[in-house]
Amino acid sequence: MSSATLVHDFLQQSADRHPGKMALVSDGRRMTYADLEALANRLANALIAHDVGRGDRVAIYLANCAEAVIAIFAALKAGAIFTCINSTTKFDKLSYILNNCRATALVSHASRRDMLARLCAQVPSLKFVALAGVEGDEKNMVSLPQIFQESPSHRPPRRGIDIDLAAIIYTSGSTGRPKGVMCTHLNMVSASTSITQYLENVPEDIIINVLPLSFDYGLYQVLMVFQVGATLVLERGFAYPAAILNRIEAERVTGFPGVPTIFAMLLQMDLSRWDLTSLRYLTNTAAALPVTHIQQLRKAFPQAKLYSMYGLTECKRVSYLPPEELDRRPGSVGIAIPNTEVWIEDEEGRRVGPGEVGELVVRGSHVMQGYWELPEETARTFRPGRYPGERLLYTGDLFTMDEEGFLYFVSRKDDIIKSRGEKVSPKEVEDVLYRLDGVIEAAVVGVPDPLLGQAIKAYVLIKDGAGLTERQVLRHCAAHLEDFMVPKYVEFCDSLPKTSSGKISRRSLRA
Amino acid sequence: MHIREQIRHHIVENFLFGNDSLADKDSFLEHGVVDSTGVLELVLFTEEMFGITVDDEESLPENVDSIDNLVGYVTKKLNCLCEVDARTSGEL
Repeated sequence: MSSATLVHDFLQQSADRHPGKMALVSDGRRMTYADLEALANRLANALIAHDVGRGDRVAIYLANCAEAVIAIFAALKAGAIFTCINSTTKFDKLSYILNNCRATALVSHASRRDMLARLCAQVPSLKFVALAGVEGDEKNMVSLPQIFQESPSHRPPRRGIDIDLAAIIYTSGSTGRPKGVMCTHLNMVSASTSITQYLENVPEDIIINVLPLSFDYGLYQVLMVFQVGATLVLERGFAYPAAILNRIEAERVTGFPGVPTIFAMLLQMDLSRWDLTSLRYLTNTAAALPVTHIQQLRKAFPQAKLYSMYGLTECKRVSYLPPEELDRRPGSVGIAIPNTEVWIEDEEGRRVGPGEVGELVVRGSHVMQGYWELPEETARTFRPGRYPGERLLYTGDLFTMDEEGFLYFVSRKDDIIKSRGEKVSPKEVEDVLYRLDGVIEAAVVGVPDPLLGQAIKAYVLIKDGAGLTERQVLRHCAAHLEDFMVPKYVEFCDSLPKTSSGKISRRSLRA
Repeated sequence: MHIREQIRHHIVENFLFGNDSLADKDSFLEHGVVDSTGVLELVLFTEEMFGITVDDEESLPENVDSIDNLVGYVTKKLNCLCEVDARTSGEL
């Protein structure tokens, strides 16, 4: 196991220990640790040469690819803070995020150059834009392939210490604006160390990642693999399950992290056509797996351990169910991960006993620093702990615990929707709906869906004669929202239910 | 309608909500036309519209991930079906 103090030590130590070992397989490319580190050094040195340095924010706006992984470590090596932005994010939100964290550098792809040119005009803090997929420099934008050839490959001098920020991870908030969770190196190293411990990761592991790196669950697959010196097979997504199964078979993948939607899709297929015996484990988090799916997965992958887990970006991971407990407590998300303490509190702040419902509270060195420049929201969620300077995480999730300390998720305290394992703020979708001419009122709720967990449903009240169709509403949403936030259903109605204070009641619409 | 027109019409109506700017060679995934669950819907449509069965292992980008790929795949499948029909009816 590594003795890393900074997140990029994961890469550097593995590159020192076994430079010729395969680190990354992506898009038909295979890169050793030495190759990957040299490219990260080249980009880091280019960032430093462009005066991007300690504490600056480097945004990475790319689909899953080798360049995204390289950019993460390059930013860290330059002493900067990285933030990965979902590649389906549209212009307005991208511009909001970059201005919110005042990004000084952006790494993206040439296919986005028109949008990025507009973006540069709206984000005054940006001084360095590097593009994958283009050979020569363009106006105000430099070529990443050129940096990979020309910038020096030596390891830059070590900058920063473990209480510096390593990343800002944007997550949906109930206010409708994304919130940036501030993660120090110490937070991330602690989380990764704990998870690799209970998953028993070893250098021989080959982990396939189909989840976006903007999602902490996807991002940590990179970090964990590099921490133990294993191999990462990075895929764009899970749209073509057969292609992923082919890859698992061909690469002899040992670890497969997924969310319930992915496992539901797998269970609809005839898996006997593939040799999947190399899989040592499957992990599930982001939303609970139905118990029937747990049983079917165990039958389909008899040799693989199945880990049910629970977490949130604000501390990365909270709990896991040791696989040997699955038969006894299939509905549980288990016990605290190593080096973490959890309990359940009622509304008066008293710890509740077994079987009683309350809010889950988390204590540990992986509890992040709070939300970027949002002191009030930070104070609500990250509250003072036992010792000076310590923060406890109030998860906003209601849980119960059984006599033996195993956790069971009950519900969220707020209206946040979980669709495909991703958090969706109803307010964010409603705000987009209100921007459509003719919409008077809008309310968005999650409705049960066998594949998505929750599907997004929009109730819309439109002006007489506005003549809006469902298709127009969906098209507007698709133009302004990430793909997982676009409603599946639109229902036009004559009025929306209100609370006594006159606010639209999402609760009544859900009922 | 020809296969290409039928497919194009379906994509534009159901995934692009009427926006007709996608080129026939463009990758659905790279252009954000479909996501993971969208591909399932697309496969279902293809099966129903053309009376073919898309086997799990055929649901691959090279068969499905653009209008061109989908047209090529459907055409190939339909040709196979015709050959089978012809063989069973003794015409070959």
